[in-house]
Amino acid sequence: MQHWDVLIVGAGHAGAQVASLLRQQNFKGSVAMFGDEPEHPYERPPLSKDYLSGEKTFDRLALRPLSFWAEQGIEVVPGRRVVAVDAKAHRVRTASGEEFGYGSLIWATGGAPRKLSCPGHDLQGVHSVRTRADVDRMMAGLDRTKRVVVVGGGYIGLEAASVLTKLGKSVTVLEAQDRVLARVAGEALSRFYEAEHRARGVDVRLSVAVERLEGEDGRVTGVRLVDGSLLPADMVIVGIGIVPAVEPLVAAGLPPANGVEVDEYCRTALPDVFAVGDCAAHRNPYAASAAPIRLESVQNANDQAKVVAKFLTGQPEAYDAVPWFWSDQFDLRLQTVGLSTGYDETVVRGDPATRSFSIVYLKDGAVIALDCVNIVRDYVQGKALVKARMKVEPPLLADGATPLKSLAAA
Amino acid sequence: MGTILVENRAGVETTLKAEFSRNLMEVMREGGVGEILALCGGTCSCSTCHVIIDPAFVDRLDPMGSDEHDLLDNSEHRSPTSRLACQIVFKETMDGLRVKIAPED
Repeated sequence: MQHWDVLIVGAGHAGAQVASLLRQQNFKGSVAMFGDEPEHPYERPPLSKDYLSGEKTFDRLALRPLSFWAEQGIEVVPGRRVVAVDAKAHRVRTASGEEFGYGSLIWATGGAPRKLSCPGHDLQGVHSVRTRADVDRMMAGLDRTKRVVVVGGGYIGLEAASVLTKLGKSVTVLEAQDRVLARVAGEALSRFYEAEHRARGVDVRLSVAVERLEGEDGRVTGVRLVDGSLLPADMVIVGIGIVPAVEPLVAAGLPPANGVEVDEYCRTALPDVFAVGDCAAHRNPYAASAAPIRLESVQNANDQAKVVAKFLTGQPEAYDAVPWFWSDQFDLRLQTVGLSTGYDETVVRGDPATRSFSIVYLKDGAVIALDCVNIVRDYVQGKALVKARMKVEPPLLADGATPLKSLAAA
Repeated sequence: MGTILVENRAGVETTLKAEFSRNLMEVMREGGVGEILALCGGTCSCSTCHVIIDPAFVDRLDPMGSDEHDLLDNSEHRSPTSRLACQIVFKETMDGLRVKIAPED
């Protein structure tokens, strides 16, 4: 049976970064990385942005050149899915029934896009946005597509809506909550993005629920809402989150949860099994609550990868990275620092009407996060406030003419 | 085609061949420069492709925009010739360009 000192399951941002950082930290043991997609590691964020719009070809998304992996002595095996883990025996089994041994196992599988459960969810023309294959299928159908319905007003849905609008499609966004971005941002930001999308012709519908997808000859033709109305559609895009891909670890003995729980070194409760990235439920030092959270971001994937690479090379450093995130829609660059969930006060800094402003989130008077739209300076300088959990009087934060840097120094 | 000399954090220099008009960050990433993270994929949204340009070449680069300028303040290792590689288009006039990967923040 083949055996590696470190076996990484999942070849996304987190997995790829564990592998390359191990070598950067002079790890001499054998390393393999299995991915369930056919490609070598690539960037996911452009899938809903520059790749979908056709501005970037796939070769420009490769996280590393193909030769890199071999040169670094990292065995990358695309198209191999792990379905079972025997933590005691330090062994995994793949979908094809092969078994492999490991010294340490790094679980970096991310998740599968959550699907609609209503009738018609599996019609042709219904798409998720998670993998290159998903987006290639979508792009192949664009020529015959005039009307698109996007289910889910989160970042993925709104980014896709933005690109497809630019491509000349007629786009409707359906959101179950009473505002877009409800799960990730404060109301002021939600209303701003809602207005921006509407101003460009996106039909944003809030507090609506999908009854079923209608189709003809196996292909989607429309979305029927619970109130009975029908939205004709040649394409439906579903962006309603992911389901963490952790079943094999649960079957191996971990309690079922939203993802797999890890400690500050990304260790699971199974011996020599670590988890990183979208699927890792961790206590984040920047979260307002002590409950484990999952962060679906490149930042988290990268920084957790670093924690594991350091741990495995004998330089343990607990996870303590300031979360950050970005989203590009139309000509709006949103940059987020910190975690806003759990805020008890928000301050709008600058004037949203200028399309360059920030929203500062506070809890118990301390800055916990900022959402910055077209204002990089606030994003960069606000990081120091988040890091220091700085207590600042709201009127000072609201004054866009006072640099955040000067408040951090106060 | 021109050449770019990249010095990594360990001081090891690599020579990369690159087409003109290509993006410097992508050239380095495709060239296997492992320390270049470019987490935002070159959209000028982070500062993880921070490089320090050899002063001899600074004047041959297009001036930086305000977003790039502000993002570089994210780094504790900003130097007078710091740039974000994703914002640099490699041109004939820069042939032989020498850059250093900035220390990790």
